[in-house]
Amino acid sequence: MLVAALGVASFVGQAAAQTGGELRFCLRMEPKTFDPLKVEDEASAAIRYLTGGTLVRVNRQSQELEPELALAWKVSKDGRQISFRLRSGVSFSDGTPFSAEDVAYTMQQLMDPALHSPTGDAFRSGAGSVETKVISPTQISITFPAPVAGLDRLFDQVAILSQHSPKKELAVLGPFMLGEYKPGASVLLKRNPNYWKADEQGHKLPYLDSIHLDIQTNRDVEMLRFKRGELDLINSLDSEYFDKLAATSPQLVHDAGPSLDSEQLWFNEVAKSPIPAYKTIWFRSASFRRAISEAINREDLSRVVFHGHAQPAVGPFSPANKFWFNSKLKPQVYDSNAALKALQSDGFRLENGTLKDKDGNAVVFSIITNAGSKTRERMAVLIQDDLQKIGIHVNVVTLDFPSLIERMTQTFDYEAIILGLTNVDLDPNGEMNVWLSSAENHQWNPQQKTPETAWEAEIDRLMRAQASSTDPKKRKEAFDRVQEIVVEQEPFIFLINKNSLSAVSTTVHNAVPVILSPQTFWNAERLTVAAK
Amino acid sequence: MLKKKIAGHLLALVAIVFLGGLLSATLVRLAPGFDADEQELDPHLNAESVQALRAAHLQDHNILHFYLFYMNRVLHGDLGTSHALDQPVRTLLRDRTPTTLRLLAMGLGLAWVAALTLSLSAAWLKNSAYDATSTLLSGTLLCLPAAVLALLSVLWNVPGALAIALIVFPRIYRYARNLLSKSYSLPHIITARAKGLGEGRILFWHVVPGIAPQLLAVAGVSVSIAVGAAIPIEALCGLAGVGQLAWQAALSRDLPLLVNITILVTLVTLLANSGADVISFMVRGQES
Amino acid sequence: MNLWRKLACALLAIVLCASAAANWLAPEGYARQDREAISVPPSRAHWLGTDELGRDRFARVLYGTRISLLLAPAAALLSTIMAALIGGLAGYLGGAWARMAMAVTDLFLSLPWLFLLITARALMPLNVSPLFSVIVTFLLLGLLGWTTAARILCASAGSLRTADFVRQARAAGVRGQRLFWIHVMPNLKPVLYAQFWISIPVFILSEANLGILGLGVAEPMPSWGSLLKELEGLVSVGEEPWKFVPLALLILVVMSFQFLLSNQEEVAA
Repeated sequence: MLVAALGVASFVGQAAAQTGGELRFCLRMEPKTFDPLKVEDEASAAIRYLTGGTLVRVNRQSQELEPELALAWKVSKDGRQISFRLRSGVSFSDGTPFSAEDVAYTMQQLMDPALHSPTGDAFRSGAGSVETKVISPTQISITFPAPVAGLDRLFDQVAILSQHSPKKELAVLGPFMLGEYKPGASVLLKRNPNYWKADEQGHKLPYLDSIHLDIQTNRDVEMLRFKRGELDLINSLDSEYFDKLAATSPQLVHDAGPSLDSEQLWFNEVAKSPIPAYKTIWFRSASFRRAISEAINREDLSRVVFHGHAQPAVGPFSPANKFWFNSKLKPQVYDSNAALKALQSDGFRLENGTLKDKDGNAVVFSIITNAGSKTRERMAVLIQDDLQKIGIHVNVVTLDFPSLIERMTQTFDYEAIILGLTNVDLDPNGEMNVWLSSAENHQWNPQQKTPETAWEAEIDRLMRAQASSTDPKKRKEAFDRVQEIVVEQEPFIFLINKNSLSAVSTTVHNAVPVILSPQTFWNAERLTVAAK
Repeated sequence: MLKKKIAGHLLALVAIVFLGGLLSATLVRLAPGFDADEQELDPHLNAESVQALRAAHLQDHNILHFYLFYMNRVLHGDLGTSHALDQPVRTLLRDRTPTTLRLLAMGLGLAWVAALTLSLSAAWLKNSAYDATSTLLSGTLLCLPAAVLALLSVLWNVPGALAIALIVFPRIYRYARNLLSKSYSLPHIITARAKGLGEGRILFWHVVPGIAPQLLAVAGVSVSIAVGAAIPIEALCGLAGVGQLAWQAALSRDLPLLVNITILVTLVTLLANSGADVISFMVRGQES
Repeated sequence: MNLWRKLACALLAIVLCASAAANWLAPEGYARQDREAISVPPSRAHWLGTDELGRDRFARVLYGTRISLLLAPAAALLSTIMAALIGGLAGYLGGAWARMAMAVTDLFLSLPWLFLLITARALMPLNVSPLFSVIVTFLLLGLLGWTTAARILCASAGSLRTADFVRQARAAGVRGQRLFWIHVMPNLKPVLYAQFWISIPVFILSEANLGILGLGVAEPMPSWGSLLKELEGLVSVGEEPWKFVPLALLILVVMSFQFLLSNQEEVAA
């Protein structure tokens, strides 16, 4: 009896300990909006994730799509229509009932041509309007003018708004709601008392009372506050901070393995750029790019810059993207001798330690990157050293971001850039505007009227084919081939895939850091913070 | 005469403030990156959205047109809307100015108390070791990066104000110390000492009044130095003040915000320096 | 020359000679990366350890000294001269000249010069030598750093205009330039020296901060400012004390300049 009583007391104690508490962590910048439809920055996306109720959710751990506000869904064979069966008895945070009308309203707002948001544009597959049909309060179908690849997974980013609530976007369906916003200082999210979800024991979620988000741009200060116990987690940790923390408190740090993010170098291949014409000739030569790629020691980049918390990148997708990554691709092996031989066979020659092209021009170019990113600056310096070994002189220039963007997208007054790609989607369709030669984000040579090379024309064809197909196998085949072409032609010289690093205090329970964003608080509704 | 001087200063102030706004708008507009928007790099945005983003920047291209339009709105109490934060500039400044003012007041107060205490006591004590130690302290603080000072102030739980004090103090100290030591070498001070006048009397009755105009000028520029220091310190410490706003605005080329902040900074600078001039004029008037 | 001044001279001479002899003292140079020895503490091979890219910190301090110790004082001198000419002259002339000069100075103090610096970077070709880039940076710092002292010099010169010795000189027939340069300017030395002394470390640190705009020294060339940036991640002196050597060196050099500049009268008093 005593044992049973102790067992009951333990269970009650455990249940009691699971509820309550405030989670504290930092946003790296001021959130630009609380309107979930207009989210375009990381801070706003974090708030949307914590407050927004979605129809489906990609489980950040298993990467599988799971039901949320939708109990079931079906995508039509032509990929143009999706139907949802919704939960009943759900209310927004202010008590306003949730129904299919709210979903219809949200989609109409999202697909407004004047909106121009990344969330909405992801659904825009063709000209024409989106039709919503409310079949019943718990059933809705949405029809798009053209097939949308990976349609169901896109709804992970769509937080449903209330059509009728006077609080507008502040009435939410997620586990938390906006409590207080101090511009420049902090955002306080309180528990949503009307959140529909409960745990397996029937306890209402979320467990936490609130989440306090401080706006802190300085990583040193963030680390200091975490060490002092003022913060409970650091969602994305730099590798040098990871090692410093691991040295004293290894139980606090987590390396979830390679993330979806990549860092890459690319050359300016725009024909009409203001850089010297002979340089454009080099940069537009695939063999030149391949030689440069071969001359870069990616193992050293991973080891030296990221302290081993990164892996040499193989192509546009990281191996962490289990379904879409082309596993046949092999990492580029570092071989500066082979790189030099390849350049020599292209007419380059080494003279007194300087590589020159067939016209006698010394191979000198600049690599620009954004100031403030220590890892990119260091990668640039390592690459500078690697290329010096084959007689190429590289100037490293760090610029403020707007100046860099202007050179990259408007004046095309640059020679080479190191930047990264932060992938929030697993689906390659999210990168249509990178791989299509006519697109704005086809960074090395954007907005081509017609593809300037045969391989870019082939990539265009393959990307359109995968976008219009609903067969995952066919889509994978097409994108596998895209990855192969990219590795052959090296328009982006992919350098490394960073690991997903985070720090979580031992007072936080149920945290399971993963690679998909948000790495540490993806299951915020189940996190608890023990009393300090 | 004094009223005429004050009126002259006020007129000049208004003209300079508006000129400052126009010049800052011109600098921002002509600097590279004005039209660039980080959002353009989001691969989810389609071509129409990217074009819409670029078109949104075109409205500020003509600087004169922007400024005239802005001046017209200011007369109606509207300071415009921040492009980056999508909030009225008036609200942003209203919410953040008290934080910065508190920071500046505390930082300047601490800096001046420390600088005057050390420089006056060094002048009084005439101890070379004490003097060297004070110089070492101020020299060390000058050599520390702002980020380190910001981190120190967070470490010691005095975010912001301490860091600003540590930045401003060495500058005030050096000027004050040099002015004092020069003053002590003047013939009438040497004579007063030779005649046995007390050091306190010499310091406060003969030395300080002689360097009052320069000290007042230092006071005026110390406000500018503190305002300049507030920008990186607030950004580094995560303090929601005007400095942090200025840093964000600069990084995102937020023209409406930058123009308003420049006008505010110009106003503060002019008021501080003009105030110093007027007080100096009054002191010199009293002396003569 | 008193003992402190002698010591100051000696220290500056040692530092200058050491930096000039960098080719012999650190023959492997500042750019060589020992990728197997990243961020190692001091050892026989690396007297001050290595940085995050395996480069010898001692070599980088020596070579960085050349840049910073020559260019920062030069920029400080430039800003001091400009402050003297603008502020000192305005104060000496008084009246409308002084008002106009101070109005311009106040405006200068308030404008966001960050954007001028960004424009300067944009006007420079991307492929400039690191030395050219750092020279341009210090030149800009010198051209923009005069405002604080100008205000104080104006007040100083203004009060000197009515000083007895100036009146006596005027009565003796000394006028214009001669009166300014021979009688007024020497009495502005306290402010001029203070401006010069403050500017050296401020410009060294500013040069490193301007790296965010693409100005300043370019990799792999070191400067004291870029070496001091290593301190930003440290929370205590005990963490990696060897990283404080550039700071200690800068403090010593700055103190040496102060001893060189200090008045003999101050010591006598």
